[in-house]
Amino acid sequence: MEMLSGAEMVVRSLQDEGIEHIFGYPGGSVLDIYDAIFQCSDIEHFLVRHEQAAVHMADAYSRCTGKVGTVLVTAGPGATNCITGIATAYMDSIPLVVISGQVPTNWIGDDAFQEADMIGVSRPVVKHSFLCRTAQEIPMAIKKAFYLASTGRPGPVVIDLPKDVQNPLLKFPYEYPKSIELRSYNPTLRGHKGQIKRALTALLAAKKPVLYVGGGAIISNASKQIIELAERLNLPVTNTLMGLGAFPGQHKQNIGMLGMHGTYQANRSMHNADLIFSIGARFDDRVTNNVDKFCPNAKIMQIDIDPTSISKNIHVDLPIVGSIEIVLQQMLVLLDETQASNDSEKINLWWDQINEWRAKKCLAYKTSETYIKPQQVIESLYKVTNGDAIITSDVGQHQMFAANYYPFKEPRQWINSGGLGTMGFGLPAAIGCKIAHPEKTVCCVTGDGSIQMNIQELSTCMQYKIPVIIVLLNNRSLGMVKQWQKMFYGGRQSHSYMDSVPDFVKLAEAYNHIGIKVDKIEELEPALLRAVELKDRVVFIDIAIDPEEHVYPMQIKFGSMEDMYLSKTERTDA
Amino acid sequence: MRSIISVLLENESGALSRVVGLFSQRGYNIESLTVSPTNDKTLSRMTITTEVTDVETLEQMMKQLHKLVDVLRVTELTEGPHVERELMLVKVRTLNGTREEVKRCVDIYRGQIVDITQHLYTIQLSGTCFKLDAFVTTLEETSEIVEVVRSGVCGIARGEKALRG
Repeated sequence: MEMLSGAEMVVRSLQDEGIEHIFGYPGGSVLDIYDAIFQCSDIEHFLVRHEQAAVHMADAYSRCTGKVGTVLVTAGPGATNCITGIATAYMDSIPLVVISGQVPTNWIGDDAFQEADMIGVSRPVVKHSFLCRTAQEIPMAIKKAFYLASTGRPGPVVIDLPKDVQNPLLKFPYEYPKSIELRSYNPTLRGHKGQIKRALTALLAAKKPVLYVGGGAIISNASKQIIELAERLNLPVTNTLMGLGAFPGQHKQNIGMLGMHGTYQANRSMHNADLIFSIGARFDDRVTNNVDKFCPNAKIMQIDIDPTSISKNIHVDLPIVGSIEIVLQQMLVLLDETQASNDSEKINLWWDQINEWRAKKCLAYKTSETYIKPQQVIESLYKVTNGDAIITSDVGQHQMFAANYYPFKEPRQWINSGGLGTMGFGLPAAIGCKIAHPEKTVCCVTGDGSIQMNIQELSTCMQYKIPVIIVLLNNRSLGMVKQWQKMFYGGRQSHSYMDSVPDFVKLAEAYNHIGIKVDKIEELEPALLRAVELKDRVVFIDIAIDPEEHVYPMQIKFGSMEDMYLSKTERTDA
Repeated sequence: MRSIISVLLENESGALSRVVGLFSQRGYNIESLTVSPTNDKTLSRMTITTEVTDVETLEQMMKQLHKLVDVLRVTELTEGPHVERELMLVKVRTLNGTREEVKRCVDIYRGQIVDITQHLYTIQLSGTCFKLDAFVTTLEETSEIVEVVRSGVCGIARGEKALRG
């Protein structure tokens, strides 16, 4: 049997796991592993400028491919810098393996230099974690980590490796485990037949059904089944922020995103539905608005692989635990067997109602002579990329504009931090996506607040020549904070105004990238087109937008789903 | 409502902190918690007593516990017939002329005096937590309680029902 050191086992195990790319930052406690990486040609390592960005890159790499993202960092600050990234992945159920160095085992607990209890610090935001006390434990820990990260409800897994465990001088027999079984971990994949039958019966009997599709549908690659089910029964489909792309954005049965900044038709359809079929969504507070007023007349059905997601915020009448793809496939087979259908007349009446709501054109906006509107930017971006780009985003107004004005054709095309809402996610996410898909156009839609939270990664782009496009909707303020302050805090702009935004064009140029400033509407499309056509350079487009623009529709706090502000002057309940 | 949750989990370092962390993270309340390895040394058995406001919270709590990778089985004991016991050691200072009265109390509650000094008794008592509470109240009337240590509740279902790996 081959003899390897702990450090070599880490790298070999990653190779045996089929890992091609890792994101990381070296330091004292992982030098031995970095030395082993240096001697390995199969794994490409990307050196970031801040560990948080490494985790976001691995996270987005995973979101756009379905593979597990891998991170390697040193002990102490290297490890703690990862926490925001890990929490981001945890909230959105993204599979990651984060390997952190640790001080030698005999120093643990002594407040050694760069010691931090990574297992303890990360505990609330990981699916599971391992601390290896001997080199021989490493292959099994890595095997288990990848298995746990990627199965069931996916999530991040941390492996903490003390420095002495990596010792390059001590060699042990190495064998990578072929398979794995954990007696305490058995996710349910196939749905309960009786429940599926009952769910199908209810779905066929519904007069006003809505399919409410979330990020779980993307994770389990269930788009095909959702489209088939929706088309066969002519059902309206709404996507959550995390579910965008799971059902094609331009499909005639797509009624848009739902929730806080969802469309008028989606929110009204939900509220007035007699049946809501939740597919990989979790009744988040940004969807439900006031839970006591949530969809009063609807029977609620839910498929989720995680039993804790069922009846957590909203009571579910008909739960099905299982993988979305498998359960929907079971349901479609059953639909074939029974040859049943729903009452198309009733469904048509429901569509008449929905189309009436649609006619309100809630996403229409007023253009201006003086300012570029953020909505125009996203619409132009859609046009010049033909709707085929991978769009990553940060968090704030720009995120909502991107979500509502770029109808995503496919799953894994829209990459954003939905659950944790992490500013600073967008740029490293774009880098991770571009590494995974060099042939695709990758755009980071961002704001002047968010971009400055991980802007140092322009340097990573420079080092590895990763040509992403940055579309900065620059309103010289923290737009979403300002919107809330205008609406609910008497217009007092407490610390939401950034009175010293840098010259982003010069900043981009400092990293040898191309910077373009856009102030006028006629410059917008040519600039975006140039960025898309320049395939081998980072292009940073700083677009001055209307600083007073708000995101609408917007649900009214404490109201039901259908209570919304539609513009600065119009609300549904007025 | 009071619940007793039994948990069977991997006897591994970090497993306990995951359970305790879950309770604080989700805002659940722990009244008592006991944990020890079982006859199978690879498994630990934990008994948690908790106050919950409603059945839904209890259900969510049990699902969250089950979701922990280390956890094999989770069950609630108070919904069926069960046996629950807690062990208590109490050190009391007997006041003027009450030494005999304290001893009688111990006998009535079927406790044992496990250590004595001229002025102190150390008493061992097991039973339900309610019995232990009652005993402490009784003792307070006749003596000065110096210290109390309680093990927390451990429980098991009656009859055929069993929690096994």
